[in-house]
Amino acid sequence: MPEDLINSFMTGPDENGRFGEFGGRFVSETLMPLILALEAEYEKAKTDQSFWDEMNHLWTHYVGRPSPLYFAERLTDHLGGAKIYLKRDELNHTGAHKINNVLGQILLARRMGKQRIIAETGAGQHGVATATVCAKFGLKCVVYMGAHDVERQAPNVFRMKLLGAEVIPVTSGRGTLKDAMNDALRDWVTNVRDTFYCIGTVAGPHPYPAMVRDFQSIIGKEAKEQMMAAEGRLPDTIIAAIGGGSNAMGLFYPFLDDKDVRIIGVEAGGKGVDDRMEHCASLTGGRPGVLHGNRTYLLQDEDGQILEGFSISAGLDYPGIGPEHSWLHDIGRAEYVAITDREALEAFKLCCELEGIIPALEPSHALAHVMKIAPTLPADHIICMNMCGRGDKDIFTVARALGVSMGDSA
Amino acid sequence: MTRIDTCFDRLRAEGRKAFVSYIMAGDPDTETSAAILAGLPGAGVDIIELGVPFTDPMADGPTIQLAGQRALEAGQTLQKTLDMVAAFRKTDDATPIVLMGYYNPIYSRGVDRFLADAKAAGVDGLIVVDLPPEEDAELCIPAQAAGLNFIRLATPTTDDARLPKVLQNTSGFVYYVSITGITGAAEAQAADVGPEVSRIKAQTDLPLIVGFGIKTPEAAQAIAGVADGCVVGSAIVSEIAAGKPVDEVLDFVRGLADGAHRA
Repeated sequence: MPEDLINSFMTGPDENGRFGEFGGRFVSETLMPLILALEAEYEKAKTDQSFWDEMNHLWTHYVGRPSPLYFAERLTDHLGGAKIYLKRDELNHTGAHKINNVLGQILLARRMGKQRIIAETGAGQHGVATATVCAKFGLKCVVYMGAHDVERQAPNVFRMKLLGAEVIPVTSGRGTLKDAMNDALRDWVTNVRDTFYCIGTVAGPHPYPAMVRDFQSIIGKEAKEQMMAAEGRLPDTIIAAIGGGSNAMGLFYPFLDDKDVRIIGVEAGGKGVDDRMEHCASLTGGRPGVLHGNRTYLLQDEDGQILEGFSISAGLDYPGIGPEHSWLHDIGRAEYVAITDREALEAFKLCCELEGIIPALEPSHALAHVMKIAPTLPADHIICMNMCGRGDKDIFTVARALGVSMGDSA
Repeated sequence: MTRIDTCFDRLRAEGRKAFVSYIMAGDPDTETSAAILAGLPGAGVDIIELGVPFTDPMADGPTIQLAGQRALEAGQTLQKTLDMVAAFRKTDDATPIVLMGYYNPIYSRGVDRFLADAKAAGVDGLIVVDLPPEEDAELCIPAQAAGLNFIRLATPTTDDARLPKVLQNTSGFVYYVSITGITGAAEAQAADVGPEVSRIKAQTDLPLIVGFGIKTPEAAQAIAGVADGCVVGSAIVSEIAAGKPVDEVLDFVRGLADGAHRA
């Protein structure tokens, strides 16, 4: 569909949960009635002012929103081109954007009378956010986490346990985010009657991709207002990192109809996007398929078997991507690029040294792309990048990658 | 009329229940799996469900997950599974074969190409776990047009309001999932299943087969007794996983089949 024939990019998904050919509801019959009930509940909540009043109150007083929009002056000077702003979602309570969405879903779960919350987590940020909000509301919380991720994200595992959650290491597959999501779905299908599945990204069966996007859109809405206040105009380019793609969708969505704003999603290129497939760049190196309830771009072999992704960042280590990103990619409204582990590590270090901000490895990928393009752009070009998480959880991984010994702490 | 329809006509005439067995194609390897497949009708199996391995079987418990992994590690592909069916058909043109699995390997091959190849190989029906009625346009409708049965799962969460939608484009038989859960998990109880069977049969003339959580000849008999038949999967796959020789696996299957046929 040519871009100029579309009046708005913000009308999706359709009644079948599709963004173009992507999305849908590819789940077993046992889950279908629940998904329909969730959709009905969300449709009601969406237009219920009391729901949003409660969200806004919690966002302000519990999460600490709005997150600042920060002009990264030394990075800008160092790169010598475009003006770089960081949307500081790493300053949220629990250290990442994940809690924006978790609050919305837990409020829905409460409306639906569900007492038990399950979640999948990769880097542990969504797990921590879910455990946090469950503690606040006195709900039982079970988090599925790949055994490999349990190991490389030890601080977040301990954090979840402190918050009262049960963390279940998943050993099937290679023990990463994809496998955690499989086991969470198996739990859900077994405990359908009392359990709410709090998905952490803009993927899964409809209505999750749209619902999570709507909850995360607070990022882009704030960024837009803050940019108008700071510069009196919209940014020229907005950039965010993508695993499943929730922080990116949250930043992008309110800008989709601002056609002069260039939108760039940054996937995890791992060791490089080539035929060794040691990466997680679903759009750059995958093709459409069906997994975890939706049709989207996936890393898969020629027989339709799903491949394990590879990335230094546990939060990007997922072989799929939210269906709306697949659609934006195919219609050309957003561009998607890949950044390698090595490039992300360089960006991580630079951000620490120049801005006094320890970024998570996930937004370090976005920053690495900013480092590539900013020097090529004029000084009046404004880039807004989502700093979606802080890097405290990653220091052990980074130390290992840099060959620094930190004892037996990780 | 597919082989499935013919099979149920015969069973009905004989006053017998159907025994349906599940094995994973290519588990532990293509050759052994083909030998077990060839022996199933002789062990009393009326309808064969042949699992199509997938890396991410979201509705399956550890037993079937591991079977799929073994098959994939041994090099099983969708083509090899279709070849197994074609080879089986050279000596058995009556026993229905239903492929059971997930959508992506089919989607990846291309729906039209897959349906033509499956039909040519001698496949009679499909059970695709992650295609609810909401996604019928994907595969269900094209499969029926290609002369294959599309067998839908009904579950304890499928309420009366939703049931007509689930039954609408179903053919061959209806597969009632006796528990909310994954394969090989909790044990199904005939006392719970009976009323559910009546509820569903009130809305369809199709045969109703019950599966999930049936592990012994006694359970097969009890569950088949309240339905038109039963399916056993994980319990058989466990025998294969334990490395039992083909004839011992088939003896185990015969015990289950005899149980179901006593009903």
